[in-house]
Amino acid sequence: MEYLLRNIDSPNSAEITEYEKAGGYEGLKKALKIDPKDLIELVKKSGLRGRGGAGFPTGMKWMFASADPKFPKYLVCNADEGEPGTFKDRPILEKNPHLLIEGMAISAHALKSEKGYIYLRGEYPYAKTVLEKAIAQAYKRGYLGADILGSGIKFDLSVHQGAGAYICGEETALIDSIEGRRGQPRIKPPFPVSVGLFGKPTIVNNVETLSNLPFIVEVGAEAYSKIGNPECPGNKLFCISGHVAKPGVYELPMGTTLRDIIYGHAGGIKNGKALKAVIPGGISTPVFPPDKLDCPMDFVSVPKFGSMLGSGAVIVFDETTCLVRVTWRALKFFEHESCGKCTPCREGTGWLRTVLERIENGQGRPGDVELLEDISKNIAGKTLCPLGDGAASVVMNFIKHFRGEFEGHLKGGCTFNAPEFRQA
Amino acid sequence: MSFFSDKALKELDEIKKRYPTRRAAALPALYVAQKEFGWLSPEAIDAVARHLTLPPAVVKGTATFYSMYKHRQVGRHLIQVCTNVSCMIFGAENLLGLLEEKYGVTPGGTSPDGRFSLVIMECIGACDKAPAMLVDEDFHSDLTRNGIINILESYK
Ligand SMILES: Cc1cc2nc3c(=O)[nH]c(=O)nc-3n(C[C@H](O)[C@H](O)[C@H](O)COP(=O)(O)O)c2cc1C
Ligand code: FES
Repeated sequence: MEYLLRNIDSPNSAEITEYEKAGGYEGLKKALKIDPKDLIELVKKSGLRGRGGAGFPTGMKWMFASADPKFPKYLVCNADEGEPGTFKDRPILEKNPHLLIEGMAISAHALKSEKGYIYLRGEYPYAKTVLEKAIAQAYKRGYLGADILGSGIKFDLSVHQGAGAYICGEETALIDSIEGRRGQPRIKPPFPVSVGLFGKPTIVNNVETLSNLPFIVEVGAEAYSKIGNPECPGNKLFCISGHVAKPGVYELPMGTTLRDIIYGHAGGIKNGKALKAVIPGGISTPVFPPDKLDCPMDFVSVPKFGSMLGSGAVIVFDETTCLVRVTWRALKFFEHESCGKCTPCREGTGWLRTVLERIENGQGRPGDVELLEDISKNIAGKTLCPLGDGAASVVMNFIKHFRGEFEGHLKGGCTFNAPEFRQA
Repeated sequence: MSFFSDKALKELDEIKKRYPTRRAAALPALYVAQKEFGWLSPEAIDAVARHLTLPPAVVKGTATFYSMYKHRQVGRHLIQVCTNVSCMIFGAENLLGLLEEKYGVTPGGTSPDGRFSLVIMECIGACDKAPAMLVDEDFHSDLTRNGIINILESYK
């Protein structure tokens, strides 16, 4: 059963009346009658894990933030959605904004937070319009503001628009960016739950995470914890792109296998071609060769198969794809998005891109594949935030599974056809 | 004395209410200034700095970190083409050649008639309809050779 994308096919799904008709804001009404402590306990028991990439248990994060005696506390929704291949939060932001607002109001009550921000990526201007309209509607109906539904509970919410920096999806860089600074990750500890936005305890959660709250309150922790994999339950939004027949966003239980996602839901490989490789969780996660399709897609299983669930962005490549070119483009991205704070990441991503570029262009030198591995090893584990690790592991894993293709390029360059114009 | 129009000043007042510090208003204020001045010219940066009583160097330092601000004068319309992996495998890079041929615009530049500026984007969250682009604030996706030109012809 869908509860995140419920109703989004209706043309007025973003309207508050439409949302209320479908049972919207009932979760908030119920939650306002629950003591904040019990609400946090409920989220802990539900087993909800953060959908922003790392899969951190949400109830635990909330407990840390709530245990800190400092006030005010800030609630920040991470709507930066920058991981290439990811477009799962977008349908919520553009078509179901009240689900997120309701989720944030519930969370704010649990955390005793009176001020929230939605950090929205600059690339989603339409979502900004939709969100701001939805927030205004929610204020009018008393779901936000100084006295929510007469409960005496206060919560103000506004949108903060980013301006095109992937690193601002990292929570401490995001906090810097709201504060009006360059978005560069901070050294942890202290963690945002104790010293975050404006120096105060701050809870950063992803759009999809917060959008789970109304449903959890509605059905209860026990029913929720039985959906999907009991170790990390609930539905997950998977966004599939690349060479599949039916790319798009699918809401499926955690633990659905990669095979089922690609062949059962996304219609299999386009034009009857053979599958060559899959990135399971966004460009920063290690690539899978075709023999890993039985991997259940959830935060506990994917690591056992050698990768990460990340943002749930599945990118599929058919047999015609040059994976050296894919790796090069990925590194061009990391080089561009490195914030410049840590030397191994700032310099290393550029070196990796340069070496990959010459290999792809037929100017590779003997030993270049080993050189790529060497540079990667010197980035991994030596940076403040996981961006550098991501870049290094992309290169290491493409080489690990497709070494022959890299070495083949050293003898005469790329033999794949360049991608053609899309046919209508 | 202020460099902003009354409308912009009202917008800035609303923005400042949302934050406990002046500096936190910098990003949204830069968007307002960009609309007023057309791009983040030194005057625009200065206006933001004065309005928020921050040193201009602080405002400039923040602004230059972010790639979506207009750090240069741009054409009437800004074409932002994604060439990240999911778009690349559907031929996004070919679109760039096409735009140069048709409008004489290359990445980072502006067409000689001042109509279009072009920038290469990282993923814009439309990977299921690759290749994709933003023109000003509008999303366009499933771009084909003829399709992209038809779309752009509606931007005068
Ligand atoms: C380089 C980098 C980029 C990230 N980008 C995002 C993002 O776009 N959206 C997001 O929700 N989390 C992103 N994260 C994860 C956040 O740091 C943080 O863990 C997350 O927002 C926590 O929310 P959750 O517990 O609900 O998952 C990113 C992390 C890193 C290191
Ligand atoms: S890769 Fe182009 S929109 Fe995502």
